[in-house]
This record gives sequence, structure tokens and C-alpha cells, in this order.
Amino acid sequence: MPSDSPPAATAPDLLTSPPTLVELFLAFAKMSLAGFGGVLVWARRGIVDQHKWMTADEFNETFALCHFLPGPNIVNLTFVFGSRLRGLPGAVAAFSGLVGPPALIMVVMGALYHRYGEIDALRRILSGVACAAIGLMLAVVFRMMTPLIKRRDLIGLLTLLAIFVAIGVLRLPLAAVLLVAIPLSIAITYARRKEAA
Amino acid sequence: MNSDANPVFTLALTFAVMSLFAIGGANSAIPEMHRVAVDVHHWLTDKQFTDVYAIAQLSPGPNVLIVTLIGYSVAGLAGALVATLAMCVPTAVLALFVSRFLARSSHARWPAVVQAALVPLSIGLMGASGFILARTSDRTVVAVLMTVVAAVLASVTKLNPLWMLVAGGCLGFAGLIG
Repeated sequence: MPSDSPPAATAPDLLTSPPTLVELFLAFAKMSLAGFGGVLVWARRGIVDQHKWMTADEFNETFALCHFLPGPNIVNLTFVFGSRLRGLPGAVAAFSGLVGPPALIMVVMGALYHRYGEIDALRRILSGVACAAIGLMLAVVFRMMTPLIKRRDLIGLLTLLAIFVAIGVLRLPLAAVLLVAIPLSIAITYARRKEAA
Repeated sequence: MNSDANPVFTLALTFAVMSLFAIGGANSAIPEMHRVAVDVHHWLTDKQFTDVYAIAQLSPGPNVLIVTLIGYSVAGLAGALVATLAMCVPTAVLALFVSRFLARSSHARWPAVVQAALVPLSIGLMGASGFILARTSDRTVVAVLMTVVAAVLASVTKLNPLWMLVAGGCLGFAGLIG
């Protein structure tokens, strides 16, 4: 199937002639291998702009769903997306493309680290990379916190702080903390929305 | 806890359960990965754990693949495969069922409440991830500066994050990070 076919493919067209399993695998492998520091940008570019497999709205909706569900978001998105186009085989093909090739690279990196990880220069380089990577993660945290701060969402910020202390400082087990925190947070959010309405 | 048990089985169980609590994505589960891999099972040292995180960030692909590296360190190829699948498949299948259910029902109301309730939890978890990694990594003034500069640059510019990782690597190679 030529990839330069007219970009008119909306959802109904896709259902009559969806991409083949090989095409799904290759497309997701490409997005994944392009994605340094996160695949989301490339997934949006590939799925929405390049292949026109989803509209921007469909993509956002699907991503929102996969973001509020647990687990690696982009993996969830890939699985759901693949299954919409080609059922379970489609899900497996897209997932294998997304995870397979970079996981192989990771195994090679792991083997190299296992062998050469004690070399002083490499240890120093990785320490430096880690410092920068932590900064990148903190930037994401700040960006996500900004709306809470702007809204002066004191309860949200206190919830955030409580989780930070429980997990980051007290090092309590994740499952135990969340089994308490999730129902509590949902109850509080629900009550506040009802009050506001 | 029980180091006599088959490590591959332990990996599978650990990551399958962990994935169900990784709200906001793989980076939210880093504190739990650290707790399990460093404190509970002693699979990795503190330094090795931050190294593994750095390698995962330097490599292409989804963030979740840090578990591939952890699995590899514990039990080689089998460990890498099992850890990756255990972390990905249960939640992917869950997502599939939920998306099919939501496509059929028009009750799009409750996910909005759940989503709003989960946001602060997920930010708190990511903050804890940064804190736990920084405790090991940011031990010198230059190291802390590097982290702060990367955080500021990533917040206010559209600079490709890969450049900051490379800059960090160069400073580290020069022996400035410690």
C-alpha cells in the first residue's frame, strides 16, 4: 500500500482499509526510535500528521483516557490504537513495534554497562547525564504544578505534598499509599465539585 | 525479601503489580522501582540505579524501558523480557477494556472526576522520583547547578532535551559532577 495515498483517510475509510500489521509495526517502531526523552510528540506526529490515522481530537481523547489509567501511557495508547484498527493482532503489532526495537537497544546498553560500567570515565559521564535528566523530570513536575498553583488549589497541593512525603521521604510502599490516597482524593474531588455546582 | 525465589518470577510479579499503581506513567513508579530494586531485593546499588535511569533517558523509546534494564541486570535476557512485558501488558489490556467500555457507554462524567483526583497524586509521585534520584546524584554544587539549569532550560525554552543530557555527560566526563 503506497504511503503517499491521499490524506483523506478519516475513521470510516480506515475501517474499510486499515493499515496492515506490518505497516503498524513499522510505523510505531519509527516513532519509538525517534523518541528520545519521550515518544508522545512523535506518536502524535506519526499518527495524526503523517499517517492521518486519527484526528487531533481523537488522539487527545485517547491519550487522556490512557493518561488517567495506570501504566506507561504511550504503551496503553499504542495498544488501544492498534486494536481499534486491526483488533488484537493490530494491538500486538503496534505494541511490538513501539517496545521491541528500543528494548533491544536497551539490552545492548545493559550488556555494555554490565561489562564496562566500572570504568571511571563512564561512571562520571553517567553521573552527569543523570543530573541533567533529573532536571528534565523536575521541569515536568513544575509544568504540571503550575495550573494547581494558579488556581490556588490548596487541597490539590496538599495532596501532592502528602504523596511526595509518603513516597519520596518516608519510602512507604506505593500500593499501600495509593490504596488509601486514590479513594480519598476521588471522594474529596467529587465532594468539591458537587459543592461548586 | 525472599532472595531464594526465582528472580524471573519475582520480576514478573513485582512489575505487574507495580504497573497497576503507576498513575501518570512510568516515571511515577520510579520511587517504587528504587525501593524494590535497591532497598528490598538489593538487585542494584543506589549509584547503579541512577546510572540505569541515565542510560534509559539517553536511549530512544518509551520511558518505561528502564524496567528492561533493571530486568536485564537481575536475570539477563529473560529478565529483560519478563520485566518489560510484566510492566506493559496488564495495564495495556486494562486500557483496552476500559476504552471499549467507554466507547459503548456515554458516561464520560466519572472519568473527569477520577482524572482530576489523580493529577495531584501523579505530580507528587514524579516529584518523589526526582527527589530520590537527586539524593544519590546531586552531591556536589556543580551537580545541583546542572540539575537546576536543565530544569529551568526545559521549562522556559524549547531546546531539545537531548542537548542537556549531552551537556551533563560532558561535565561529568570533565570530572566536574563528582
